[in-house]
This record gives sequence, C-alpha cells and structure tokens, in this order.
Amino acid sequence: MSTPITPALIAEHGLSPDEYARVLALLSREPTLTELGIFSVMWSEHCSYKSTRIWLKTLPTKGPQVIQGPGENAGVVDIGDGDAVVFKMESHNHPSFIEPYQGAATGVGGIMRDVFTMGARPIAMLNALRFGAPDHPRTRHLVSGVVAGIGGYGNCMGVPTVAGEVNFHPAYNGNILVNAMCVGLARTDKIFYSAASGVGSPVVYVGSKTGRDGIHGATMASAEFDDASEEKRPTVQVGDPFTEKLLLEACLELMASDAIIAIQDMGAAGLTSSSAEMASKGNLGIELDLDHVPQREAGMTAYEMMLSESQERMLVILKPGREAEAKKIFDKWELDFAVIGRVTDTRRLVVRHKGEVMADIPVMALADEAPLYERPFVQTPKREPIDPLSVPQQNDYGATILTLVASPDLASRRWVWEQYDHSVMADTVQPPGGDAAIVRVHGTLKGLAMTSDVTPRYCLADPVGGGKQAVAETWRNITAVGGVPLAYTDNMNFGNPQRPEIMGQFVGAIEGLREAGLALAYPVVSGNCSLYNETNGQGILPTPTIGGVGLIADVRKTATMPFKSAGEIILLIGETRGHLGASIYLRDICGREDGPPPPVDLAAERRNGDFVRGLIASGRVTAVHDCSDGGLALTLAEMAMAGGLGAAIEPPKDLPLHAFLFGEDQARYVLTASAPQADAILADAERAGVPALRLGETGGAALTIRGGHTVAIAALKAAHEDFFPKLMG
Amino acid sequence: MNSAVIVFPASNCDRDAADALAKVTGKPSRMVWHGDASVPDDIDLIVLPGGFSYGDYLRTGAMAAHSPIMKDVVRRAKAGTPVLGICNGFQILCEAGLLPGVLMRNANLKFVCRPVPLVVEETQSMYTRNYAKGEAITVPVAHGEGNYFADEETLDQLEGEGRVAFRYVDNPNGSARNIAGILSENRRILGLMPHPERVCDPLTGGTDGKRLFEALL
Repeated sequence: MSTPITPALIAEHGLSPDEYARVLALLSREPTLTELGIFSVMWSEHCSYKSTRIWLKTLPTKGPQVIQGPGENAGVVDIGDGDAVVFKMESHNHPSFIEPYQGAATGVGGIMRDVFTMGARPIAMLNALRFGAPDHPRTRHLVSGVVAGIGGYGNCMGVPTVAGEVNFHPAYNGNILVNAMCVGLARTDKIFYSAASGVGSPVVYVGSKTGRDGIHGATMASAEFDDASEEKRPTVQVGDPFTEKLLLEACLELMASDAIIAIQDMGAAGLTSSSAEMASKGNLGIELDLDHVPQREAGMTAYEMMLSESQERMLVILKPGREAEAKKIFDKWELDFAVIGRVTDTRRLVVRHKGEVMADIPVMALADEAPLYERPFVQTPKREPIDPLSVPQQNDYGATILTLVASPDLASRRWVWEQYDHSVMADTVQPPGGDAAIVRVHGTLKGLAMTSDVTPRYCLADPVGGGKQAVAETWRNITAVGGVPLAYTDNMNFGNPQRPEIMGQFVGAIEGLREAGLALAYPVVSGNCSLYNETNGQGILPTPTIGGVGLIADVRKTATMPFKSAGEIILLIGETRGHLGASIYLRDICGREDGPPPPVDLAAERRNGDFVRGLIASGRVTAVHDCSDGGLALTLAEMAMAGGLGAAIEPPKDLPLHAFLFGEDQARYVLTASAPQADAILADAERAGVPALRLGETGGAALTIRGGHTVAIAALKAAHEDFFPKLMG
Repeated sequence: MNSAVIVFPASNCDRDAADALAKVTGKPSRMVWHGDASVPDDIDLIVLPGGFSYGDYLRTGAMAAHSPIMKDVVRRAKAGTPVLGICNGFQILCEAGLLPGVLMRNANLKFVCRPVPLVVEETQSMYTRNYAKGEAITVPVAHGEGNYFADEETLDQLEGEGRVAFRYVDNPNGSARNIAGILSENRRILGLMPHPERVCDPLTGGTDGKRLFEALL
C-alpha cells in the first residue's frame, strides 16, 4: 500500500514546487514516501547548505597547518610532534528552544561525535549561548534547562567544559542560540574519514537502537517558528550520555586497529545522511537492509527508520572479514552492532525493508544535485558615526563601572560554568573566566588555547565589520594568554535567508570573516550554518559565532588576567580613539543601540598581538587582558576583581573621559609589569611601531580614575557575582 | 606499591587516578574491567574512580556496586586491602556497604565544579598521615550528588571514632556535618567526594592532593 504523494504532503516536507519538480526529473518517476522523506531532509537547508554554499566557498581554508578543512565531520590542524587538533562548532538552536535540556544535551553529544568520528579523543568543550531579555518570561526556564543539559551531557562524558559565552538580548526572545564546540586530539597518522570505498565491504551500524525520536529534526531546524512551535517537541531527540561514553570508548578501541575503511556519525537526518554522505564522498553506492537495523520499538517503517534522529549511533564501513573482531569490541561495551548493508558500485542509495525496495535514489541526487540558491540580498546600510561629545557623560564613573560589571552581558558567568566539570582529565591549565581557556596536550608541555566570540550588536550594525571583529577577537583572546592562533570554526546563526536584508547580513559577515582570515593567516577549518532563526517574522541579531584554537608551545609560559601585586605598572597596548558607537556604554548606560561598530584594523591587530605574544613568551609581563565589551574600564575592573587588587589610573587629557574609559576600540590589551620592565616595554613598543601608553599603577583596594572616580574592588566583586544567582533564584 | 583502578562503564576519572598513582609510585596502575571476576592477587591498593558508572541510572553507584568485580573488591576490602573511592567511587563504596551512609542530590539540585577548601580532620590513616591535623587544603569537587547523609547515631559514631577524614569549610552540597570524606572502621577504606587526583600538578590547580597518594607508599 503506497501513500499518495499530494502537494500538501510535499509542502509538509518543506520542499518547494520547484524542488519537487527537480525530484521528479532526477528519479524520472514519482518518489515513494520514504524517498520523499529522504529528499526532504537531504535537501533541507540544515543538510544541504543550499542558501550558503556559494558564499562559504569564498572563505580562506588553507594553510601549512591545515590537515583537513571544511567538508568532513570536523577540521584537523597539525600541532607538531605527530599530534593534531580536531575541532568544530555546531548549533542546536531550534531544539533547545523547544526542549532546552534535551536540545542542549544532544547538541553537545552531536558535536562530540563529529570529533571522535575523526579518530580524536575529545579534550575540551566550549559553548556560546544567546538568550532573550533576562526579564522575558521564558528566559530563566531556558537558561536553566540549557545549562543543565550541557552539564548533564558533558560532565558524564568526562570532557571538561572550559570556555564559552552567554549574552542576553530581546532579539533572541523567540529564538535562543545554543552553539557547542568540541576540541579533540588525534595522531596525524590516525585520522578517520567518511568516504566509502571497497565495493562489497560491510556497512555496520553501531551504538544505540533506532527509535522514533527526532524524525524531521533537520527539517524543523530549516523553518521559522510560529506560535505552534511548541507542538514540535516530539521532533527533539533525547540524549543518553552514558551510551555516548561507551560509544566513544568502543570507537577509539576499534580505531586502534586497522579494520575501519570509513566512519560517519548519525547526526541530523540520521541513517539517511550518514549513508548518503559516505556513498557520495566515495562516488559509490550503498545498499541497506533495514530489517537488520537495531530497533527500540516494534513496527517502525522504512520512512521512520531513515529519518529518525535517535542519538549515539555511528555508521562504519569495515574491511571485509573484520566483522567478528569489531563486534567483539562493541559486545564488550554492551552496544548494538549490526551489519545492515554493503558498499556497491551502483552510485545509488538502495533501501530494502521486509523484502521490498523502499527507496532507490542516485546518490548524486542527494548531494551534488541538491538545490543551490544564489539568493537575492541587500547590503546593510552604513550607520552614521557618533561624536563622543554628543553622548552623555556621567559625574561618577566609579558608579558607572559598578553598574556595568553587574549588567547582564558583563556580569560573572560563574553560576553557569560551575555547573560544568571543567577540571576532569586533569589537564585544564586555565579554567573558565579568562580570555581563553588552556588545556594541556596530555603528557606534554604543549597546550591548546581556545575561545569562542562574536559581538552580535556589531554584526547588526555592520555585518562586514562585525564578522571581522568576531574573528579578530578570538585571535586576540588566544594571543592574550600567550597562544599562537591556528585556525577557527564558524557557526553562522542568522534569520530567514529568503529575506534579502537577512541574506545581506550573511553575505556581509562572510566577507568580514574572509578578510580577517586572510589578514591574520587564520583559516576556517569547519563550521555550521543555522538559518531561519525567526519567530513570527522577527529575526535574531546576526550571530556568526567564531571558535578559535591556538597553540601554546610551553604551558609554563602563559599569561593570566588577574593583577598580581601592588606597585606594578599598568600599560595599554593599541590605539584608543574613544569609539562609542554600538558600545555597551551607549546601550546599557544611555539606552541607545545606534552607531557603527568600532573599525577593525587587521594590520594593527596583527602587529599589536604579535608584540604582546612576544612579551608573554619572554616572561616580561605579569598579567594580560584584552579590551572588548565595555572598553578599557571593564578590562581594568575585571583584572582588579580577579586579582582582588585595585589600581590608580591617570587618563590622558586628549579624549573625553567616557570615550577613553568605555570606547570599544579594537586591537588593544592591558598589561602589567614591574617598573623597570614597563619602561623597556614602552621603548620596545615605540621601536616596533606599536602604540603603547602608561595607564597607572596597581595597588590598594579600589579602582581609582584620577578626577574623583573611585569604586571599591569588594563592591565590584559583589555586584559582578550577584547577577546570575539573583536572576536564577 | 601495586595499584589497580577499576573501570566501570562510564567511569571517567579512571585515567586521572591512574596517572596520579603512576606519578607517585613510579609504576603504572593496573586497569581492571568491571566484568572481571577478581582483582589480581599482587594488588596493594584498589581505587574506585570518579565518573558516572552506568550513567547514574537507578541511583548513583547502585548498579556498579553489583558489578561482577565488586564481589572480589568487597572480599579483598574485608581482608584488609586498602580501597580508595573518589566521587562516584565513594558513592559505590556506600552502595556496596563498605562505608556507612549515602550520597544524595546536592542540596541546591545543581552540579557543582569548583576548588573547595577542606580541613584535614584526621591524620591517623594511611591516606591522611602526610597532612597536619586541622590543615586547610584546596581540592576540587565536581558532582551532582555529593550530599552526604547518615543517621545521627552513625554520624556520632564516625566522629567519635575519628573517621571523618575531611570536612568542607564552605559546604558546597549540603552534606551532614560538612563531611567530605570518611574512613572505614579499620581505617583502610577512604571515600571522599573531592578529587585529589586532579591536584597533583602545580600547572593544573595545585598539589594538595599529591600528599594523599604519597602517603600510601
């Protein structure tokens, strides 16, 4: 009995009439229901990147350090001595809004599988979270569920969660963002890929059983929300970190042998996309017999099995004859292991169930022949610059700093990261709370510095500048702890690409990423796009989250943020023009969100950053912190709070005080050093053409800015730590 | 000293414990699979590591306490072999009846990971003899279920017999009488929620845990 393929059914599957016509042409017949389901998920925005592919191709992805760029499960970068770092960031936005605990948990699980599929042991997790306004009725529920979900999964896996971001903005009231990043370690000669080869080789299913959860998850993630989105709860997958931990250990054990030809995790679109991707990358075919698929419930149809997004599953192509050896490993870990098909030379994906052919599709129809759109776009109009003198000044900047350290976007995130195990594996050299986290490469003195950054309000004001800034800020944060930036992963979160102004934001951000990547010799090696982050036509702020990874040659030579001892000289590296446009001061103190973001001078970034990194490597500085949200004043306040030590600052006379303190000019770092060392650094900076300024001295129990502005460190700390516990109750 | 670390499904601090022991003893620790029938005869110390054995399903430590290997661990413990249970290992020791009391959900219902100050209450044990009585040390906790509970009589007995090994200075989980770790009656079994194996290196948070392992030599 076959289901009639009606226009309503086609629309429900998210296929446009044009796209359906293409299906008919590629098959030369009407699809079966199972085939319609397969096309629906493979051609969804989530799986096909149909709106973004042409733009993503313009990003710089190469460099001598790059072993594998975008296109595999994760990027791979050489870190010397035969070691490689494997990493990627991925969104789980739509499911996390509907069901925050499970949505966030399975986001963590999915990105971990992407990394261990490549043969890497995960060693660190990061996450970038964006929520609606703190006082929105759903926000607390979402924050609490997402944080618990990330912790619930990552903690059980025994992988430390070491860095991340949390922002609040009303533009995320209806669409939160949950971007999770996993960093893993592999040996360069033991990287595993997903391309099928070896006609006749067995296709093996391992991990959890297949259930009915998550059917159409990828399609859901490729559509806008409306008031009925709550009803999509059943499309959210349910995670089981216990099984994933077993799957991780079993896969790494199997990978230690040479039995694997190719391996691919079952993520979005499960069995469908894993088999189609393996076949298309190998330019071969795959035949599956669903009778052998381990099933959690009785009576599942081919359609349900092909579209299920049940978690903790992998598809492996083994060398023929190695099945028994592999099965023994999965038996030991009490996981399912089933030969469900074989590799063919037909270049077709053939699915059988109960003796019947349920789908028979040319593989290229699902991959290369998927729709590709050059969507119309309009550039975001440039904003008028803001004269600092037109921005209100305050009488007491001590009070302003006290307000800002307790504001939603700048308050301490301790409440969040204390729910994540950040010290398991015993290699965390810099825990959460610094510019970048540092995790040691186990058994060596090498370290990996990692951070995730983006400033969505900049991206809204100027997508090109905001994209550049996001990349530059990760580069700067890695530099601030002493790392050499290696490469980044991008997680492009945007609204509906069918609206030209949204597409313009995307195109602009890509241009910014491209320019920054080229200028900083900092390529992108993996990434993910999440579009349609809209509810009832209201889009999110454009949010191209960047996850950066850098190498530290010797973890004994790093820098941290806290002021260390009284009587040290505080230096500012980089030029201050007092840029208040799109700043935190303008938004949170003056209630305005206008103006262009600070310009990003990539040559200055590189020059200033290389200078600071050199100072750290030679042990000449005692503390380093980059300047970002909230400007110099917040940088100083954070260093003072972290060290429990005050400072006295002498502002220069050539800038209005509010512009000097709160301007968000880029490419800047605050350092401390002993007095003789500070003089030498200033001289070296001058020779290197790096702007440098003596700001003042550490000491005392207050942050004091000459001119009668002072605030006690104890008061700052109390206010800074209070925001989250008070919000969450 | 020959040590063994028991590996349960979803143990995740097994490597950290083995590394700490190897660093101190100069010998690799033996990894013993939960499905094995016995701990090798030449083992002088058995470690039940942290993690989420069996996914914390049913109750933390409850299923691991019934793993095949645990029969032999209990037998060896009763015969005097020292057993150290860290975090999930402490939970397993309680579930297996080798230590009194239980570990409940943290009082605020949230997982907590932070370095916590501890007071060394008792130095009369093979684990704590290298600390000074009343010494303050800092060791990280990382758990969702570390809220130690026992009836008043048991708590009084633990205190009376000098079996409270470590106490929290600033109780992170609601534990009765701020208890962070306890000893068995013969003082050869120690269960504690904090992770001494994570603080054996100045680069990664300090060395306050190292003396616990050194004391075992």
